[in-house]
Amino acid sequence: MTVKKSAAASGGVADLFRKQIFIPIAALLLLGLFNLAVDPSFFKISLGNNSDGFPVLTGYLITILDYGSEVAILAIGMTLVTAASGGQDISVGATVAIAGSVILRILVGTGGDGTLQAPIIVAFLAACVVSMLFGAFNGVLVAIFKIQPMVATLILYTAGRSIAAWINNNELPIVTDKVFTYFGGFIPGIPVPTPFFLAVICVIITLLALKFTNLGLYTQAVGINASSSRLNGLNPVFIKWLSFVILGLCVAVVGLIKTSRLSTINYSVIAKDIEMDAILAVALGGNALSGGKFNIMASILGAYVIQFLTTTLYKFNVSSDALPAYKAAVVILLVVISAPAVKEKLSAMGKKLKKQREVA
Amino acid sequence: MVKLKSAGAAVPLNRSKKMTDSNLLLIITVVIFVVMYAGAMIFLKKGFLKPQTFFNIMNANAALIITSCGMSLVMITGGIDISVGGVVALVSMCCAVYLDYQGGNVFVSLLIAVGIGLAFGAVQGYLVAYLDIQPFIVSLAGMFFARGMTTIVHTAPFNVENEAFVALKGTRINVPGMGTVNKLGKYVNAYVEIGVIVAILVVIILFCVLKWTKAGRNFYAVGGNRQSALMLGINVKQTRFLAHLLCGLLAGIGGYVYFLHVGSGSASHASGMEMNAIASSIIGGTLLTGGVGNIFGTFVGVLSLSTIQNIVSSIGLDQAWWTGITVAAMLCVFLIIQSVILSRKH
Repeated sequence: MTVKKSAAASGGVADLFRKQIFIPIAALLLLGLFNLAVDPSFFKISLGNNSDGFPVLTGYLITILDYGSEVAILAIGMTLVTAASGGQDISVGATVAIAGSVILRILVGTGGDGTLQAPIIVAFLAACVVSMLFGAFNGVLVAIFKIQPMVATLILYTAGRSIAAWINNNELPIVTDKVFTYFGGFIPGIPVPTPFFLAVICVIITLLALKFTNLGLYTQAVGINASSSRLNGLNPVFIKWLSFVILGLCVAVVGLIKTSRLSTINYSVIAKDIEMDAILAVALGGNALSGGKFNIMASILGAYVIQFLTTTLYKFNVSSDALPAYKAAVVILLVVISAPAVKEKLSAMGKKLKKQREVA
Repeated sequence: MVKLKSAGAAVPLNRSKKMTDSNLLLIITVVIFVVMYAGAMIFLKKGFLKPQTFFNIMNANAALIITSCGMSLVMITGGIDISVGGVVALVSMCCAVYLDYQGGNVFVSLLIAVGIGLAFGAVQGYLVAYLDIQPFIVSLAGMFFARGMTTIVHTAPFNVENEAFVALKGTRINVPGMGTVNKLGKYVNAYVEIGVIVAILVVIILFCVLKWTKAGRNFYAVGGNRQSALMLGINVKQTRFLAHLLCGLLAGIGGYVYFLHVGSGSASHASGMEMNAIASSIIGGTLLTGGVGNIFGTFVGVLSLSTIQNIVSSIGLDQAWWTGITVAAMLCVFLIIQSVILSRKH
């Protein structure tokens, strides 16, 4: 009787362990506890005035909310791409540069004085179209020509920043308009950074799309077994292609935020290594990197956890160039833990322990 | 008699069937390279008529040839390694720091290079082969780790002034009969650097190993079909591990050759080299899906890639972005050719 009970209890714990959202939450708690132990002022949020005299919130947590939103938006698209194609898109950083370059080109033009030549919404829509086209290009290579996603996107990964520089003739246009800075900063009177709201909007749209269409189900089906989903009447080529196009849309939003933060662009630095963060977010969210089942909310939480890690590292004066080394270590740790071979060993070890306890 | 004849007819048939994959891709590459270089000689003249231009391409790309060979090896077994560029940067930075700050000798720096390469190869090989993690994820992490470590070792770029090293770096090997007469009427010898000799040795050794040894054939078997390779009694895990280990070793050696060519350490060294290595392998006829590939093709692939870059810069499109765009475009075309060939086969 007691044995049964303990088995049931351990089953409950195991269920919690098995829940996808458990991994990012555990990582978040771990990081939070670490910061709390080392320096509790990490969690301080203060209300101050920015240079324009509007009230804004400042603090490490707000920074995480602010910059984590970029990764979160990308994580939405990256999760879908991962689930459908079983690979990741490593060209997102380069495509962000292209989207940003398009926005600036349309807003300022060449040799302009920084005043707006076109409404911001037009520039943004153009950037959406361009980055969706690049997404479609990736999608065609992956879905129709059946090239491994990471190799196919390697093409844009190399050429993307060059293309971005080429769009603006290697000039660095500067936008002087105040309204343009709202997207990456604060809307006057609202103390919470705008990127967070943009992320929320993207998440709501995605969740609605998943709820009211079969996108989620079809994506999972294609990711789990493309040929059997084709036999069931789905079109795996289209679904894979669509996931890359959706990622393109997410990239355009991030491009807007990134250029708005600086009011200009730096082709070789903008959104550098963000593909790593996005992939890490998907992995941290507990999604299988080889495709299939996915959980968007876990990925988004994963994105904020990544930013939490980044901010923590920054706080300890790690230079931005050295950051990738630490993140790479985290990735390796994650994939090793989630590798089937290691999982088996761990569960075998757990069983052994249980047996010993029962014997005792 | 009749029987003999039919047997004789069957042999060439088999041969022509063999032509399809690797050899067809290789022939396309060689033809494209020859046509490109001949075209450049005829239309651009300038430097392309001088043999030294060709040797300069070799000098500048010796490191790429070596790393591409390692990449081909991994790709033949069905994997991929995008950490090579990062490893090259890390190797040159570590060697530079060692030579300049510790006043160390050149031989030890070579050991450091080989050690770093082997370490990366061993860790990545273990994760890929024994824990069965996707090679791309592993080497992506490897790439970021190597790049990050490079800046941790030393941030600012600097030149190495170690005497023994500078002497080694300046060593030039004259190529007889290829020199030209310069404007002053003096005969200038054509030369190659030490790195080129190393690169050619690597190509020859690997070519022989892949073609005529059991271990070499195992790479193809594992890449072609892992399941049947396992059934044939080939140690699949060990073979994949070995491929990654060799790739890491070659990245280490390539890193040292690169370091010998540029003579400095910098975090931005060899940026995009992994891309060039993958592109060279693919252009040279190595299939991404594994099982098909040729080291000689990879060698020609590097030459084609660098010739096209030279042509692009000599027609005046020397803004930095054109190189990236042309390489990507070329890779794209070859990937699509591969994909079409593969889909025709099935």
